This record gives sequence, C-alpha cells and structure tokens, in this order.
Amino acid sequence: MWASIISLGGIGLLAALALGLAAKKFAVETDPRELALLEALSGANCGACGYPGCAAYAKAVASGEAAATLCTPGGAATLARIAHIMGVEAVAADPQVAVVLCQGDTRKATAKYRYLGLADCNAAQKIADGPKQCPGGCLGLGSCVRACPFGAIELTAAGLAVISREKCTGCRMCVSACPRQVIHMTPLDATVHVLCNSHDKGAVVRKYCQVGCIACQICHKTVPEAYLIQNFLAHVVYPHHVQAGEAVVKCPTKCIRDFVDGYPEGSTFAPPTVPINRGQAA
Amino acid sequence: MESQLYLSSSPHAHSGTTTDRVMRDVIYSLLPACAVSVYLFGWRALLVLLLAIGGCLATEALCRKGMGQPSTLADGSAALTGILLAMNLPPSAPWWLVLVGAVVAIAIGKQVYGGLGHNPFNPALVARVVLLISFPVQMTSWTTPAPLGSGLDAVTSATPLGAMKTAVMLTGKLPEALSGGLGHYFFGSMAGSLGEVSVLALLLGAAYLFWRRVLTWHIPATFLGSVVVCSGLFWLIDPARYPDPLFHLFTGGLILGAFFMATDMVTSPVTSRGMLVFGVGCGLITVLIRLFGGYPEGVSFAILLMNAVTPLIDRFTRPRKFGLVTERQTGRA
Amino acid sequence: MKLKTFPGGLHPPDNKRWTAHLPILECPLPDELVILLSQHIGAPAEACVQVGERVGKGQVVGTAKGFVSVPVHASTSGEVVAIEPRPHPSGRRLPAVVIRADGADAWVDGLQGADPMVLSPDQIRDRIRAAGVVGLGGATFPTHVKLTPPADKPIDTLVINGVECEPYLTADHRLMLEEPDRIVDGCVILKRVLGVDRILVGIENNKPDAIAVMAAICSPAGIEVVPLAVKYPQGAEKQLILALTGREVPSGGLPMDVGVVVQNVATAAAVSDAVRLGRPLLERIATVSGPAVAEPRNLRVRIGTPLTHLVSSCGGVQVEPEKIILGGPMMGAAQLSLDVPVTRGTSGLLLFGPGQFALVPEGPCIRCGRCVRVCPAHILPTTIAGYARLNLFDQAAEFDAMDCIECGCCTYTCPAAIPLVQAIRQAKGAILAKRRKV
Repeated sequence: MWASIISLGGIGLLAALALGLAAKKFAVETDPRELALLEALSGANCGACGYPGCAAYAKAVASGEAAATLCTPGGAATLARIAHIMGVEAVAADPQVAVVLCQGDTRKATAKYRYLGLADCNAAQKIADGPKQCPGGCLGLGSCVRACPFGAIELTAAGLAVISREKCTGCRMCVSACPRQVIHMTPLDATVHVLCNSHDKGAVVRKYCQVGCIACQICHKTVPEAYLIQNFLAHVVYPHHVQAGEAVVKCPTKCIRDFVDGYPEGSTFAPPTVPINRGQAA
Repeated sequence: MESQLYLSSSPHAHSGTTTDRVMRDVIYSLLPACAVSVYLFGWRALLVLLLAIGGCLATEALCRKGMGQPSTLADGSAALTGILLAMNLPPSAPWWLVLVGAVVAIAIGKQVYGGLGHNPFNPALVARVVLLISFPVQMTSWTTPAPLGSGLDAVTSATPLGAMKTAVMLTGKLPEALSGGLGHYFFGSMAGSLGEVSVLALLLGAAYLFWRRVLTWHIPATFLGSVVVCSGLFWLIDPARYPDPLFHLFTGGLILGAFFMATDMVTSPVTSRGMLVFGVGCGLITVLIRLFGGYPEGVSFAILLMNAVTPLIDRFTRPRKFGLVTERQTGRA
Repeated sequence: MKLKTFPGGLHPPDNKRWTAHLPILECPLPDELVILLSQHIGAPAEACVQVGERVGKGQVVGTAKGFVSVPVHASTSGEVVAIEPRPHPSGRRLPAVVIRADGADAWVDGLQGADPMVLSPDQIRDRIRAAGVVGLGGATFPTHVKLTPPADKPIDTLVINGVECEPYLTADHRLMLEEPDRIVDGCVILKRVLGVDRILVGIENNKPDAIAVMAAICSPAGIEVVPLAVKYPQGAEKQLILALTGREVPSGGLPMDVGVVVQNVATAAAVSDAVRLGRPLLERIATVSGPAVAEPRNLRVRIGTPLTHLVSSCGGVQVEPEKIILGGPMMGAAQLSLDVPVTRGTSGLLLFGPGQFALVPEGPCIRCGRCVRVCPAHILPTTIAGYARLNLFDQAAEFDAMDCIECGCCTYTCPAAIPLVQAIRQAKGAILAKRRKV
C-alpha cells in the first residue's frame, strides 16, 4: 500500500519536474501580438496572403515583414483588427471577387479534341493547349474548384466553373490555379460582366462559340464609358460598371450577363441580391 | 465541326487488366471452395453465401446512393466481400447474423472510408471480428460436415483448433488424437467455417489466381512460411504441448487467410519488400494467438493487426530508386 | 543462357509483325514540304531564307541558335513559299519554312564528303552538328552535345541502341537488316570522336535476324552485339546502360557520369552520312502502322513530309482514325491532325480507329502494387500521383517524382486506369518551376 503510493507519487513528481524543466529550457519567445493576430485572422489557412497559413502570416505581420492588408478573405473587419493590434492606420481596399469570364460550356463551345486523362485543367492544357477550340475559354475540369479554400466555385454539368459572389472572399487562389487566365478579379458590387476571354476576331469566335464576344462594339456604343473593346474583346470599365447593365439586352451573342438575373446556365447558386451580402466578411 | 479525335497523355496503350476483371478473377477462384462448402454443409451453406452476397450488394448500393455517389456494384468488390464474409462464417449462422455481418463489412468496413481503395482494414474480416466479439455463441457453434446425399446429420462439434485449445487449456497437453488427421483437413471433413474446410478447393482457386497473375508469391509464401517455422520451433521444444506445423497449416482459416484475405490488395502493402514483412507479421501473430491467446484461431486478428501497420510498412520499405548509387556501385573503379 | 536486362518493366504485345518483314520503301516526294524550325530539344533554329528564294536540297534554311541547337535543312530543292507558323507535333503552331518542291531534287552546291580518319574529332563534331544530326530514337537531343563530354567525365564505352522496345515500331529493325554497313561506319566514326575502345550494340531478342546481320558485320570491326531480353523500356537510356554494362547512372545524372555515351542505330547511320558524305539529315525511316492503316509500311521519308502524305502512300486509312500517335504507343504523342509534318523525331505514325485503342474509365486506386512492381525507376507511382493530384508537389518530390522516366509502364498496367504518368508529369513540371523560382 505505502510502497505503491510512494512509488506512484514519486513517478508523478519526477515527471512533473521533468516537464517543468523542459518547459523552461525549451520555451520559445513569442511576440504577444503574434498570438493576438492569429486570433484576429479567420483561420482558413487559404494562402491568399502568400504565406503558408494564418500562423505564418501572423508571424510575418508581427515582425513587420508583411503588410497588414494582405488578408483579403477577412475583409474590412479583419483588417481593422490587425491595424488595431499593430497600431497602424490601414485602409481597406475595395472588396473584390473572382469571376469566370466564360459561358462556353460543352454545349456552347466547340471542342478541339476529345480529352482523356487527368481531370485537371493544367494537365489538359499541356496537351495541344487544351481541349477547347477557344484559346481562352474555361476548360471545366475544376482546377479552380479544388484550389478554392471556401467552396465558392462549382462546376456545372456541362463543364463550366461558376463562382458564387456571396461565398468568394477574393483570395485569388483560383486565379493562380487557372491555366487559361479566364478568372478575373472584379469589384464586389459589379454584377455585369462580359463573359468571354477570347481575343480572336469575331469571325473566328463565331466558329467555335455561340456565346463569345465578337467585338461588335454595340455595348460600347450603348454605354460608351462602361465598355471598352481591346484586342477584339469587350470588357467592363470600372468604376463605371454601374451603368453597364443597359447593354445586357443589346449584346447579340448574349455574352454580357448581369449576375442578378442569374448565374450562367447550369449553376445551382442562387443569383446575388444587390447589395451583395458576402457571407464570410459579414 | 467537333473533332472526333481523342488526345491523351502517353502511354496510349493499356494492358486490359481492369479492376473489375481482377475482382471477377478472385470471385472465380473462390467458386471451388463455395461449391465444396455447399456440398459439405448443404442448403445452410448456400443460404449463408447468398445472404452474405445479397446483403453486401444491397448495403453497397444503399451507401453509394445515400452519399450521392455513382453506383459501384459493377466493379465486383462488394460481391467479393460477400463471398469472403460467408467463407468466414459457420454454416449454422442464423440469417440475421449474416446480414449484420454484411452491413458491418460494407458500411463500417469500407464505405465510411470512401469506398473501394480507401479502407484500411479488410472489410470481411472487420465483419467477422465484430460478429465474433458481439455474438460469440453463434459464431463458434460448429457442426461437422454432412455431405449432400450422405444421409449424415450435422452434429455439433469443435473445430480442430478449438479442440486443441480446450485440451491444452485444461490439461496442458494436446488431445490424444486430433480429430480426423491431415487427410481430412485437406479434403474438408472437419468442422469449421465455410471457407476453412477444404484446403484442396482453396489451393485450386489460389493456383488459378497465380496463373492469372492476380496474386504474387510474396504474402502467401511468407505468411505460410513463418507459420511453419514459428510453430515448428515450438513443436520441436515440446511436441506434447504444441501441435506440428502441418496441423497448423491445414486447420483453421490459414489457407483462406494467406491466399485470399491477407492478399487483399487494398489493405496490404504495395511494395514487394513490404509484402514480405506483412506476410511474416501475419504468420507470427497467428501462431502466437493460436498457441498462447484466448481465441483458438488467430488468422483474422493477425491480418487485421497487420492491416493497421500497412501504411507504416509501406513507408519503411520504399524500393531503392534507380540511380541511388555510391561510387563503387556505378561499376567504375 | 539468361539474356541481359534490367529489373522492372513489362512486355506489352509488341504488334511488330505487321511491318517487321516489310522492306523499307521510298516515300514519294510530296509537292510541299514543311520544315519546322523546332525539331530538336534545345533552342529552335532561326529561318535564314526569304520567301520566294530558291533552295537546293540540303541547303540550310534555319541556323542553329546556341550550343544546344542544330540547323535545319531543305529536304529537297524548290522554292520557299512561306515562313509561317504551322502545326507542330506538340499541338501548337510553330514557325516553319514551307518549300514547294520543284521535282528536280537537286543537291545544293558545296556539300563535300571527307575521310573521317583524317579529320580531327572536333572537325567530325562540327560536321555532325552542321548536318543537323539529333538523336533519332525519338528524344531528338542534338548529337554533337552528347559527343562533347566535359574533361572530367572520361568516356570508355559507346552504347548503340538497337533495342526498339516500343510496340509497332520496326524502323530501326529494318535499318539494321538492310543498311548495317551505314550503322557500323557511324559507330567507327563515333568511336574516333569519343576515343573509346568498347562499342556495345544492344538489340532485343525479338529481332534475331537483325542480331545475326549486325553480329556478322560488327564483329570484324571489333563491335560487340548483345542480345537483350524482350522487355519494355529496355531502350530507355539508363535501363539499357544497366543491362549492357551493369553500371547504374546515378539519380539525376547522365550516362557520361558512368563513362557511357548512348546513340541510336539510326543516329549512327546519320553520323556516317554527315561525316563521310557530308550530307545533312534530310530523311529518316518511319513505321506507319496501326489497325486503321490500310497497308502498314516502313517508309524512308523526307523531313517535312505532311503525315497525310505518309498515310496516302500506305493505301490510306481503313477507318477514320480516332487516335493519331506520333512515335510509339507507350511514349508517343497524340496528334490533333494529320497536317503535322514529319520531323527528325518521327519514328512512327500509328493510327487507331474507333474501338481500336484503350478507353478504360478511371477508377479508384486499389493499391494492387502493379505500378510499383513494373516501375523501372523503382519509385512509387501511385503515391506520387496521389500527392500530385492534391497539388502536394513537395511531397511528390520527396517520393522521387523527378526520377520518373515517363516510360508509361505504370499507367499501362494500372487496373484502375489512373493516368499515373500524366499526374507525375504534372508534379515534375511544378517541381521544376519551383526550383527555377528559388
């Protein structure tokens, strides 16, 4: 009885001593601000800031190595907290979201060949520059879907990536995952976009896509300040996107779309309501 | 115009050996053992087989549907699990026991991990062990075979391994005569589960698998080899207490385990050296459980334990990559 | 006697019987030849002729840019009608010099032969480079670079690759049967350049006639012909060196690290033409085969001939092809159209119609380990591919993704039809990109 109490108690004491010593000896000095910063960050570890995870970014900010403004997914709220902890002034950039500038799914855009192999856009792009005739169109193999840390991207049944404006936090992971640069960052409140990414001439585009921009200038003539045609491709001029909606009905190939009227065909996301209530930042 | 051409990354050729063909081959290889079990145990064995296969297929279909995944019945893996489960059950198993086993095997043994290829443990063995622990009475009521047309009645009896364990536990010695003798074990007239009884039928199936190159020698050879060596050592030490290696080889689920359960590709190592380690581990644990454990049979536990360390084995048995050489090995002085 | 080979690999049905017995036929000259400026590994050549200019057969139309580069030549005489992007085997449109043949097929002035035994090694190398000789086995690495090892890498063995382990292809086989003297002459010249004593010719044992012919002509010249076990990828450089010499090229190293230079039999023949006759590399032997081709053949074809012309000179197609492969089925490249011209690397053209090629749907990995057993690089294809799919390229690198030789054995044998090689290739690309960045 006594023997066991003493021996067990002794072992306990020894272990406690060892742990205590180890904690003293191997203690790591941490900047208290670093911990506070980590608390302030979302913990999504998305990598949008360019650092491997929130902890690394917190450390970089605390040491003054990184700017306070890099956590785009956190939005203005997170930025304010970071700025407060670091005691700096920081102005939030206008919130941005990613948009897939393409509506040419498998029914609307012509395939260059039938692709067999890895379901990955970057892998497919290496084979004769991708299985779509269009050099800029969405390949629909979902590299962006897998890259998105927030589940904001879906693939339609006909093979088109669609990004939800509500769920997107603007972290740009999809932008860098896409081999065809079809995903662009746009202001959150811009819901009208020219959904085409082909710089081919109109006659060429017509051959391979029913919903491609043919650079007909009609949108530009309708709202001159909101649209610009460059390299045979129209795009919305920010911050004049507010007026862009007028041209939607005028576009002969229907490649200008207002997401408030619904996302591209096949998407299950509910169309955004204006003003957009972004889930993550709210 | 849409192009009719297919483009893909090289290689453009395929061997033609697909997953469903591999599964079908394993199913074919088990047919002789199924036939023998039905012959020996009659309609009860057939019922167990059909219930197990049907239960597994139904569970698989339900699971896939519930998870919103495409059906995988066609790949044959669920049917195979059903057959293997039946092989691990006593012929007297009540219908509900078989169905519980089928649900456990597919739902808990396989689909919760994400389906074929993702399960760490052999699904049929998970089910067997769950049943053995939950329903020990039903799982260990053995009957002697009563071949169709022989007019014999099935009599409750112990398995040879069970008889050995009981005798050794009670008397510290082997029983006078281990019921039957090796010939009986070989052709299948001992008590046991469906797949344990006929070594000959199992070996026929295994030969087919070797011929089809579905099996490699690594796991069966090391499994059986280590059982023989390890049990042989004990037998040499004390032949009165420990049975001889041949007894170990031909009784219980060893043959079934070594050729059909341990070689389950999903749950065994992918490297050749890993397979050797895996086989030896299975053999040693089997003998230890048989001789010193609480259960008479240790094959299932041995395989499941080794399944658990398979990722570890794979990690430590990576092949030496081509060109990882020292100056001397390059062949130059 | 046990034949020499390497550990790993497999033997896919070789399908060589369709063309192995057919003598090499001259492919008729097409009306228009498309000389691509990028026909080799390294910097593309730069066009040095003008549209409208008349060129002679063998005239340089594109000059080499940099050391790892070779010039390209007009394969026949005629007029330059365009210098513009044309379909390239890579699937892109890349710059090419288009020549309308005048039918005279007249050599350009100034090509002179020489006796290789009075030339210095450097002079021989220059002639080889000027002739545009590249590895004709398919890799198209400029030959003069391989023949210029640094001083600290002494070479003692020349390995001549007559393995031709790719299914369907019989171009090297026919070359060894019909023109062994060109090969041997090339070997002698290469021996002089490298200053080696030992020359080994590796030939797979499924070509006993080629082994007999080569052995008869090689042994008097002191060249050893070694029959090898029939196994893919026996013709891969490092595997071939291991099989023939027992030396293992270190990971990430080159054959010269173990004192070996490997050249293909067709390359050796081209070296002979370049040095002894002064003729540039204007033609090669290519096998046109596959179940969709009406009459499979071995053709001697000019560089720049459109593939459509090759097919029509083989009696056209039996069925509309659904898959066009340049090279062999294991490592060749699928093509977008038959408008692509023959390049120096075109060892074969294979056509497959509907239902004549593998279309196995991909399934989950069942961890059967077949890919691990067949991998000649002894890496774990399934593990690397798994990491690659999750974009975990650092882990893929840790599992030796960079040692993959992309032979295709793993994908060929995978029961789940997982595109393992493609996934590993992705990982390799990402790892290289990362290394370049750092």
